[in-house]
Amino acid sequence: MRGITKRFPGVLANDRVDFDLRKGEVHALLGENGAGKSTLMNVLYGLYRHDEGEISLNGRPASFGSAKDAIDRGIGMVHQHFMLIPVMTVAENIVLEVEPTRAGVLLDYDAAVERVRDISTRFGLAVDPTAKVENISVGQQQRVEILKALYRDAEILILDEPTAVLTPQEAGELFEIIRSLQAGGTSIIFISHKLNEVLEIADRITVLRRGKKIDTVPREGATEEGLARMMVGREVLLRVEKKPTEPGDTLLEVRSLNVHDDRGLPAVRDVSFTVRAGEIVGLAGVEGNGQSELIEAITGLRPLESGEVVVGGEAVHHATARRMLDHGVGHIPEDRQRRGLVLEFTIAENIALHDYSSPPDSRWGWLFPRRLIQRAARLIREFDVRGGGPTTSGGALSGGNQQKVVVAREIARDPKVLVAAQPTRGLDVGAIEYLHRRLVEERDEGRAILLISLELDEILSLSDRILVMYEGQIVGEHKPGATEEEIGLEMLGGRRKEASAA
Amino acid sequence: MSEPLAPQKGPQPDEDAQGPPSTVASRLARWQDAGGVVVPVITALVAFLIGGLLVLATGHNPFQAYWDIVNGAGLNWLAHPTNTDVANTAAYNFSQTLLQTSSLILTGLAVAFAFRCGMFNIGGNGQYLVGLFVANWIGVSFVNMSRPAHVLIGVVAAMLAGAVWAGIAGFLKATVGAHEVITTIMLNWIAYWIGNYLFQQGGPLQGPENKPLDIPISGNVVDGAKLPVFWGDPALQGLHIGFFVSIGALVVFWLILNRTTLGYEVRAVGYNPDAAAYGGIRVRTNYVRAMAISGAFAGLAGGLDMLGYLYKIGTSDVQVQAIGFLGIAVALLGRNTALGVGLAAFLFGGLLYGTTHGLQSGTIDPSLAGHLTEMIQGLVVLFVGADVLILAVWNARRKLRRRTPTETSPVAPEAAA
Repeated sequence: MRGITKRFPGVLANDRVDFDLRKGEVHALLGENGAGKSTLMNVLYGLYRHDEGEISLNGRPASFGSAKDAIDRGIGMVHQHFMLIPVMTVAENIVLEVEPTRAGVLLDYDAAVERVRDISTRFGLAVDPTAKVENISVGQQQRVEILKALYRDAEILILDEPTAVLTPQEAGELFEIIRSLQAGGTSIIFISHKLNEVLEIADRITVLRRGKKIDTVPREGATEEGLARMMVGREVLLRVEKKPTEPGDTLLEVRSLNVHDDRGLPAVRDVSFTVRAGEIVGLAGVEGNGQSELIEAITGLRPLESGEVVVGGEAVHHATARRMLDHGVGHIPEDRQRRGLVLEFTIAENIALHDYSSPPDSRWGWLFPRRLIQRAARLIREFDVRGGGPTTSGGALSGGNQQKVVVAREIARDPKVLVAAQPTRGLDVGAIEYLHRRLVEERDEGRAILLISLELDEILSLSDRILVMYEGQIVGEHKPGATEEEIGLEMLGGRRKEASAA
Repeated sequence: MSEPLAPQKGPQPDEDAQGPPSTVASRLARWQDAGGVVVPVITALVAFLIGGLLVLATGHNPFQAYWDIVNGAGLNWLAHPTNTDVANTAAYNFSQTLLQTSSLILTGLAVAFAFRCGMFNIGGNGQYLVGLFVANWIGVSFVNMSRPAHVLIGVVAAMLAGAVWAGIAGFLKATVGAHEVITTIMLNWIAYWIGNYLFQQGGPLQGPENKPLDIPISGNVVDGAKLPVFWGDPALQGLHIGFFVSIGALVVFWLILNRTTLGYEVRAVGYNPDAAAYGGIRVRTNYVRAMAISGAFAGLAGGLDMLGYLYKIGTSDVQVQAIGFLGIAVALLGRNTALGVGLAAFLFGGLLYGTTHGLQSGTIDPSLAGHLTEMIQGLVVLFVGADVLILAVWNARRKLRRRTPTETSPVAPEAAA
């Protein structure tokens, strides 16, 4: 790919980017969110049309009008979010649209299963072709996606942030798969913003920043610090600096909590823990093991089945979101666009989301917009929100700055307890650095912080204590020195299986 | 920091797919925010253009037809506005246009207010009808009450009736999750049949003087309950002071939404109920309250019309009544803002009166004349609706291509309410 330029209204997503892939190599595409990685690959995969530049494949010029063209020329792409049909079997998903047929119209299911089994053994990707997709793990679903591409004779495989949804163990298995595919001659483009992964798996690394290619470097000699500098354009502190903690009083206590999910099934089962002033307690776990329901129960957004939430020594009964806020529980929600912000509201209105109904924001139901704007202007300065003023709509901000607005609102209320759910999800290195520093500062201020994250790295580097959640229960507690492997095993229920085997 | 943390500018189409919860109403609200003034103006112009082509297709001159409508609506009166004598045709026509406008402002606001809370109130017509019924009943009864009290009670009772009527839909949405589009349509029909029952031969509100004549029409509102007419002759549908109430309602609408905590909650729930719940706002309460306020606007329209110029109502009036439905087009074209609703109501008010009184059989087929408003109304709704449809298809396509994390997160929006 040479000189690829892609414009969106108001955005130059790719600015004369050169990219080349050699046969049988793993080439990582590294960059922050919004750097243009996915855009570049979507151009290659035929989903977008480039405005300038040219693509050649095996020495022949290539220009794909659609993904189908790209697939026909041997390019496969595994998206970050899988496009599988949950109620169909693995084999059905894989052969979809290129089904082996009987008499031209009838699906030859046995042949499909056979072919899938065939390529699955050939490439060493073990999956059961007859299992339904909804019943297999996320890691296996990813294999199905890879098999889908291989089934269509992909010689080039694009993996878009493939580890984002995986546990450390599953990521390790994925890397094994990548290496064996590479040995078989497949070329792989590995999109990521995680430095350690890229250094582990890639032969060469291309760094994009704000739509421009910064450099392509071989893995030999590349360092995390050097790559981070290329990604962000300045020195980045990758390690969070923090003093040892001196925890004070217990500010948040959860006692034998049971919570149901939306379907009325137990999601949180008999969970008890405490968070003390001046400590960060990290809650690790694979997505969907009850963390979301636990957070919602603590913040009053979901009713409790049984148990108690005690804030600052006082049990809060019949909690609503309002009561929890009034008791001093701040909440950085896991999805800032769905829950943390009203995107259509201005920054000033978003900052008032908890306090609009009390003075000085309002009196006798009468709202004072000017006071909202004044406060927002102050917090925008204090929290270094960029990209707009108090009357800019929340949706116009970048992800990092949206999160700063959420954090500013929560911290400005001076909460006793701060529940931070995936506070850095989807953010770039610079914004992550800021948020981590801020969380440690708030800990040092004496707040009790409950950190929920799917990123084990984040948990390990910030937490003073680590709890592991699996199938709605706390299955382990660790000091910060614990290794990724120990915790990763518990996240998959390893300890419980050992216990039941004994 | 040696270099500032770079703010990422503008939308990032591929990597930061935004996925707030989308209802048709919220998507519509966003579309309307984006469209500014330009889109509704274009929508109206295209609707008029197609309307003109239809006139052309019948073999008549569209320019002549529209010019006749302009004059029929009394807009030519604006050229010499000092002549307020309604014996002058232009002045009279203009006063009639304003009469229609004031009803449409209120039924438009009813739809707009619910929209701002993320709900589609199609029940404006039913709410308007119950307002008419209640105002008629109070206006016909209590013969000896003093005029200010009689008028005030009649108007307020009509408002309350509309509020209760719409509030039922809000209550059902909040408690059992029944969709307001379905329930408000059903309530329209209930109001329709109640009206047919009340004023039919032998019905409880049929005028006593009409009984022997077998006429299914209510009694007449007594003089002491009629709104003062400030322009024209009460006997010839003069313009009553309800016009100023409608203009006032536009201001109240704006103030509620932008200057009260109630309005803040309505908008927060309308844009994003999950974020509102997270902020401590009671979403269900807001659904009921916003629907009730929405219905109050439509009920007020019914009350003012009954005590202002209709004075009586028959089963046939109940059957053809559509001013509440026209409110939907007014709200859509007016982008659910106070100013927009005011302007759109004036446009439709002019059309409504101008087509029925301005068009001559030489200009247009008489069987078509009355329907031109309906056609333009339909075209406006179609264009606004088609835009929502296009957006919906577009979003669905994007969802298939790349499912956003928000859609895979485990909490259903309703559960957070």
